[in-house]
Amino acid sequence: MKKQYFLNANIIDTHNSLNEVGGLIVDENGLVEAIGKKVNKNNIPSREKVVDLQGKHIFPGIVDMRVFVGEPGYEYKENFRTLSNAALSGGVTSVVTMPNTDPIIDNVSIVDFLKRRGRDKSKINIFPTASLTKGLEGNNMTEFGLLQKKGIIAFTDGLKTIQNTRLMSRIMKSAHDLNSLILQHAEDLELSKNGMINDGIISTKLGLQGIPDLAELIIIERDLILLESIKCRYHISQISSKKSVEIINERKQKVKFTCGVSINNLSLNENDIGDFRTFLKLSPPLRTEEDRVSLVEGLNNKTIDVIVSDHKPEDEEQKRLTFAQAATGSSGIETLLPLSLELYHNNSVKLETIIQALTSNPAKILKINKGNLTIGNDADFCIVDINKPWIVKKEKLISKSKNTSIENKKLQGKVTNTFVKGVELFKL
Amino acid sequence: MAIKSDKAVKISQKNLLGIQNLSVSDVNYILKEAKQFIKLNKSKNKKLDILKGKTQINLFFEPSTRTQSSFELAGKRLGADVMSMNIVNSAIKKGETLIDTAMTLNAMHPDLIVIRHQDSGACNLLSQKVTCSVINAGDGRREHPTQALLDALTIIEKKEKIQGLKIAICGDILHSRVARSNIYLLTMLGAEVNIISPTNLMPENIEKFGVNKFSNMRKGLKDCDIVMMLRLQNERMTSSFLSSNREYYEYYGLTPDKLSYAKDDALIMHPGPMNRGIEIDTNLADDINRSVIREQVELGVAVRMACLKIFCT
Repeated sequence: MKKQYFLNANIIDTHNSLNEVGGLIVDENGLVEAIGKKVNKNNIPSREKVVDLQGKHIFPGIVDMRVFVGEPGYEYKENFRTLSNAALSGGVTSVVTMPNTDPIIDNVSIVDFLKRRGRDKSKINIFPTASLTKGLEGNNMTEFGLLQKKGIIAFTDGLKTIQNTRLMSRIMKSAHDLNSLILQHAEDLELSKNGMINDGIISTKLGLQGIPDLAELIIIERDLILLESIKCRYHISQISSKKSVEIINERKQKVKFTCGVSINNLSLNENDIGDFRTFLKLSPPLRTEEDRVSLVEGLNNKTIDVIVSDHKPEDEEQKRLTFAQAATGSSGIETLLPLSLELYHNNSVKLETIIQALTSNPAKILKINKGNLTIGNDADFCIVDINKPWIVKKEKLISKSKNTSIENKKLQGKVTNTFVKGVELFKL
Repeated sequence: MAIKSDKAVKISQKNLLGIQNLSVSDVNYILKEAKQFIKLNKSKNKKLDILKGKTQINLFFEPSTRTQSSFELAGKRLGADVMSMNIVNSAIKKGETLIDTAMTLNAMHPDLIVIRHQDSGACNLLSQKVTCSVINAGDGRREHPTQALLDALTIIEKKEKIQGLKIAICGDILHSRVARSNIYLLTMLGAEVNIISPTNLMPENIEKFGVNKFSNMRKGLKDCDIVMMLRLQNERMTSSFLSSNREYYEYYGLTPDKLSYAKDDALIMHPGPMNRGIEIDTNLADDINRSVIREQVELGVAVRMACLKIFCT
């Protein structure tokens, strides 16, 4: 690999508190050699070929903490190859994959297969999670220690919540001993049973069973009470309501934990469901505008640490059904960054806050050396024209499944190039 | 008998999916048309040829006695070829999706599909996939527009107006599409609507639909002109909403004592089928001076004839 020089970029690397116009040098091994304002025309040998980015942005490759990949078992929805292509087009270079596959990622032997497939078929960094309980059944813990040794980064039942309080306390104790990271999907199963959308005026109007925001709040409160006496690495995958933001903000003064939010909940509200649009059947559900505004505020005041795509590819057949029968979730890995930039363009959130929630914060929670452009690290980064206007078109999406929640939405900002270990793997 | 047809007035919708989509003039137009059919249905020769050559498909995914037979009869009296799909023997049971069923039927060029489905929004989905008009005969807990229209017609026949009346809708509101359609229609026509239900069966934010809500029957019924009782939809209840039917009857069943809080000439309505002794006292249900339940069924045919005529074009 030849040395690469990028000049005149707006570089934001929140891990290194870098926000300046400058350049980036990637060495022959695909590592960051130099970065920042000191990298400019004057200190580069004149015979070298340089790329003038003319003010475009360089961000560390995005770390998406919540991604469903169909492999193994649902390859027709998404496989590692299609996932990584979709991710790269959105500037995502590292993903945390959910264990809700078939078979479920709950034992050591399947992890080997997963790692091998991820390595062979994927061009991005795959960080697999395993389930908290065997078979996602919520009864018996998986082998956190052994699974971690095989390379499992965190534990979660993905779409499911640990309902049993006794089991949850034991999981936390094990996680404490083994220094494991728990990712909890916070939703009380009984309160949300058969629920499809936010419980409120829209659910009453559409005649759909609602999911009250209390279902989320109760699990959060319960877990945080447990966490006060059992210290462990605990992260709430996604929150969706104002009530959750308030309780988390309050408890963060007392206990150490982190939480995430889906870009869907930051950008859309329940009114977007309109006339039974099944692509907006999401979990957690879209809630009111007041909730959405509160989540944005939570991101601003650091109550919320991470933005995720909650990428959940579903094929057309699973969505071309009545709302009650349709599958939950939307495909969103390739629009994660552009949709997040909408919050910057409409003056809701500072650009650094967005980038931090997409790169250095998730990396810190996961304890991985990603999401930064520290000298000597892998040069995983994306080049972004943050002003470029474009329209989301289903047929143009790269992901194998086209169930985007923002079909026909006008966005501003597009990734033009994505690099992993210094190799350009996506070019617009 | 000659049926006048007012060609100048047009309906704003292609499909009848819900009262929410209708304007006041749409509603008045449908009710006006329906009135013409009331007499016809009482006469000896009930057959017309307004829909001669038209094909109407009844697609009922849920069991139904009165709505299905009412739509079938309405279509036949207007001269349409009516086909009622028997879902039990259809490809649905073989795993065909609603959209595929819709496409299959659409290929046979029907002029109208009447659909009842257990899922809210099923008729909306169907209407996006077929070229003919779609009439909603009840979708999940969302809407049952023809029921509300026949209820309105019944009230108008008996009370000569709806504007200014105080109407109570009592019972299982949460699971009721009849309640939702009636709330939209009766408030639109100027009635004051009281919703009476145990809190467990009251939908979220119902007061935002312009109604008063009560969990006490006597308070809610005070000075009402119309008492509309709803069926407890036990088949839609997935977990415990109520302790027992007898306790429900004690607090929410319509009895002569509770009815005495309403106006002396208050009328009793029920969309059927009734659970006698659970939501309504059996004698009250049959009291010809108070109950108009039989008239509702009768006018249901007239309202459905009007809807078929208007939407089948």
